[in-house]
Amino acid sequence: MSKETITLEVLRYRPEQEQEPTFQLYESEYREDWVVLDAINHIKDHIDGTLSYRWSCRMGVCGSCGMMINGEPKLSCAAFLRDYYPNPIRVEPLANFPIERDLVIVMDDFMEKLTSVKPWILREQEMPISEGEYRQTPAELARYKQFSMCMNCMLCYSACPVSALEPDFIGPAAIALAHRYNLDSRDQGRSWREQVLSTEEGIWACTYVGTCTTVCPVNVDPAGAIQQEKMSITAEWFKGVLMPWKGR
Amino acid sequence: MRKSNEPMLWFLFGAGGVLAAFLAPIHILLTGIIGPAGGLGSSFEYEHVLALVSHPVTKLYLLALISLPLFHWAHRFRFTVVDLGLRASKRAIAVTFYGVAAIGSILSALIIVRL
Repeated sequence: MSKETITLEVLRYRPEQEQEPTFQLYESEYREDWVVLDAINHIKDHIDGTLSYRWSCRMGVCGSCGMMINGEPKLSCAAFLRDYYPNPIRVEPLANFPIERDLVIVMDDFMEKLTSVKPWILREQEMPISEGEYRQTPAELARYKQFSMCMNCMLCYSACPVSALEPDFIGPAAIALAHRYNLDSRDQGRSWREQVLSTEEGIWACTYVGTCTTVCPVNVDPAGAIQQEKMSITAEWFKGVLMPWKGR
Repeated sequence: MRKSNEPMLWFLFGAGGVLAAFLAPIHILLTGIIGPAGGLGSSFEYEHVLALVSHPVTKLYLLALISLPLFHWAHRFRFTVVDLGLRASKRAIAVTFYGVAAIGSILSALIIVRL
């Protein structure tokens, strides 16, 4: 019995041999329970070992395998072939990023933006270890838990039209993670983060299109995070104007 | 990076959006459809309405009802026009649209004060 196949149009870019990216057609084996990543792994193992891409866990946890699949940013481990079969599937590297090679993007800019908002617990003064741990109630945890699910897959940057137009925009995931730490009862870093968030390249570049939230594979809702930060930064701004003696 | 004064403009945008979404339709329904159709009876007569809008609180309310949605419009159009490709003249666009909203607010204030 001949095996069923599906066509993948995969973007190739090998900077040492071509100036511009091109598309290469592969005929992969098709199985009903396969995802796009399975087909790409099949191509890599059996058809063309030179194809480069990032992946790790195959189960939507690590956030490494984000790609444009028929023009939509998706985790390739969560995009089932059967949703496209028998039509061909176009696979490209994540949009709004420079391409390193084939499906691998350059993520340096994202890493810089991410660290610029200090997404870790900041304390004005660290408690000595002898004082014990920072305690937190379940209700305090619930305030930020949703935003802590972000795995830095960068799908939101590919989906965001503002990121496409405004390369300096620090972007949905970085703001969502800044918001996650701003909401954490153990954290005291809001004013540090606001120096980045309250700029024109920060939350104010966002025009609330909401595609970041639509494509997020773990329902982080970065658009909601940005709106909530706009609210609290606006409240702070009015406090500063109405009560300048309070100082910030 | 420069700290932005955007909160002011965003607040006007947000407030204007609330008024445009919740109150403007009620006004259109009452004074544009139900009133002219006779559904409001004597309370829609000229003297009654004039007395109502002559009260300082009503004047303030009317100014907010007109002015804030103008700023809402200005904010939306500013970003729409910039996103359509006029990024180079960002500042001029902002000044133009908020300027129109400000002029519209001043003109309506002048009319409302004389009611």
